[in-house]
Amino acid sequence: MVENKLKRDIPAVYADKYGVYDGEFAQVAPYQAATKRVKPIKPNDTKLLASIHDAIVKTGLKDGMTISFHHHFREGDFVMNMVLAEIAKMGIKDLSIAPSSIANVHEPLIDHIKNGVVTNITSSGLRDKVGAAISSGIMKNPVVIRSHGGRARAIASGDIHIDVAFLGAPSADEYGNINGTKGKATCGSLGYAMVDAKYADQVVAITDTLVPYPNTPISIPQTDVDYVVQVDAIGDPDGIAKGATRFTKNPKELLIAEYAAKVITASDYFKPGFSFQTGSGGAALAVSRFLRQTMVDQDVKASFALGGITNAMVEMQQAGLVDKLIDVQDFDHPSAVSLAENADHYEIDANMYASPLSKGAVINKLDVAILSALEVDTDFNVNVITGSDGVLRGASGGHSDTSAACKMSMVIAPVVRGRIPTIVDSVTTVVTPGSSVDVVVTELGIAINPARPDLIAMFKDLKVPQLTIDALKDKAYAITGVPEKIEYGDQTVALIEYRDGSLIDVVKNV
Amino acid sequence: MTTNQTVTVGTMESSDIMITLKPNASGIKIDLESNVKKQFGAHITALITEVLQKLDIQNIAVEAVDKGALDCTIKARTIAAAYRLQGKTDYDWEALNSWND
Repeated sequence: MVENKLKRDIPAVYADKYGVYDGEFAQVAPYQAATKRVKPIKPNDTKLLASIHDAIVKTGLKDGMTISFHHHFREGDFVMNMVLAEIAKMGIKDLSIAPSSIANVHEPLIDHIKNGVVTNITSSGLRDKVGAAISSGIMKNPVVIRSHGGRARAIASGDIHIDVAFLGAPSADEYGNINGTKGKATCGSLGYAMVDAKYADQVVAITDTLVPYPNTPISIPQTDVDYVVQVDAIGDPDGIAKGATRFTKNPKELLIAEYAAKVITASDYFKPGFSFQTGSGGAALAVSRFLRQTMVDQDVKASFALGGITNAMVEMQQAGLVDKLIDVQDFDHPSAVSLAENADHYEIDANMYASPLSKGAVINKLDVAILSALEVDTDFNVNVITGSDGVLRGASGGHSDTSAACKMSMVIAPVVRGRIPTIVDSVTTVVTPGSSVDVVVTELGIAINPARPDLIAMFKDLKVPQLTIDALKDKAYAITGVPEKIEYGDQTVALIEYRDGSLIDVVKNV
Repeated sequence: MTTNQTVTVGTMESSDIMITLKPNASGIKIDLESNVKKQFGAHITALITEVLQKLDIQNIAVEAVDKGALDCTIKARTIAAAYRLQGKTDYDWEALNSWND
């Protein structure tokens, strides 16, 4: 075992291979970017193939290779299940898969793991049944959990080498020009897929909307695409927006949102030209409503909003409150429509969004980020990947990226959820180190990280209750009681990479 | 006391607990299903046992389906179940209130 800087034990075999977390920017150093093997296309060649089966044959996909997918269709994705079903039927085994994330809809993956088709996984998240199955120990090799910026870094630096990327394309022409704003299942931005297309040896575009050449706008260009396949349906548009919430009526969430908005608007960052990122949860959306009102009242306009774009941000831009939307992913249909129609709503790739090893990610220019949490501990470490029962069920997302890079990161969460304390002694799994987290906002008040005395001074007259993080934890435990320690097995089921590729924690089987 | 009846109180809503009491030949037997069993299972079982003992119920089978209820809810549901099982409506509020710490 090797103990990392956060006192988390990392088994030696993985510590040797990945290195262990040693501080937010400890591993940022010059490197040689990854290269790919290119099969050139001659003037009379065709890229259009009749089926996914033909594409798998043409790419020469073999046992042991790495394939990737994007998660822009979220719970509405058909592509990963279709491709893996065909691969399984063809008898190909021992694949590594590198989807940008995994949703509940990908439950068939469990059988592909059990049947030896998939033997390695890297992903941002693992949900419900897939997460529970992996936590139970069905894989010999641990899943590697990477943040969105961490995945872009891993691909750009060669830690993940994608042999074949199978990319769902809301619209494509027969030569492989792709966008996410036209077609039957429009997901808007293709920010995560753009990185795969740029670095994969071979790219297969799978579309249900084949349009005349040339398809514009071009999010992924023909020069990155080898083959195009037309299928009946690549995704369910309703599933793309699943989980995106309307304005919450939950009084606890509203209070948290009100406190969060007060923190933002009382901060020195809140001035004309400021920038922000919010999530898609109920409280996060409510923050934008409260924030919006103060922006109107005080005539403070933002230079940009980043994300994870939701309709709430689109409406703020339409009202003239936000100059630009910088968009790596869309959480609902109105956001995808806005990306298509508004030149100041701009699509970027994950490398530009959040990679710690790019020549400067957009998050580095971000003032305020609002983030969620399953657990926060008294060292301000945040868990967004495992439930307090130790089972994998969340996603790393952009949490560690954004919080490390922005000027003020705010984690919003209720003190308890049902009987589960959210503010705890020690998080079940660390995804984001406490040094990245500046303010924790709960319905009982806020806790400012003592490592930010400037913020403590900034908010000394703020009309929101202020507590220490220990006091918040005590209040949580007073309601719920002190939880018993979870008993884990000896098998490592997931490695939690920090955004720089070092290991910040591991997850054992339960 | 011994009884031949079965009673069920509570709901399956989140933050509630549904408690079913059934006859049992000897002792208190608790079957707990809970979404927080790993963190609070032993505590919940002990709490239900304590309440039943205070109400002088020695032989009973308890089926508890917990959806993350807090202690106050668990106590209230257990007391209500016990009273209903015994057909008692003369609640001894002072005694019950004295249990609150």
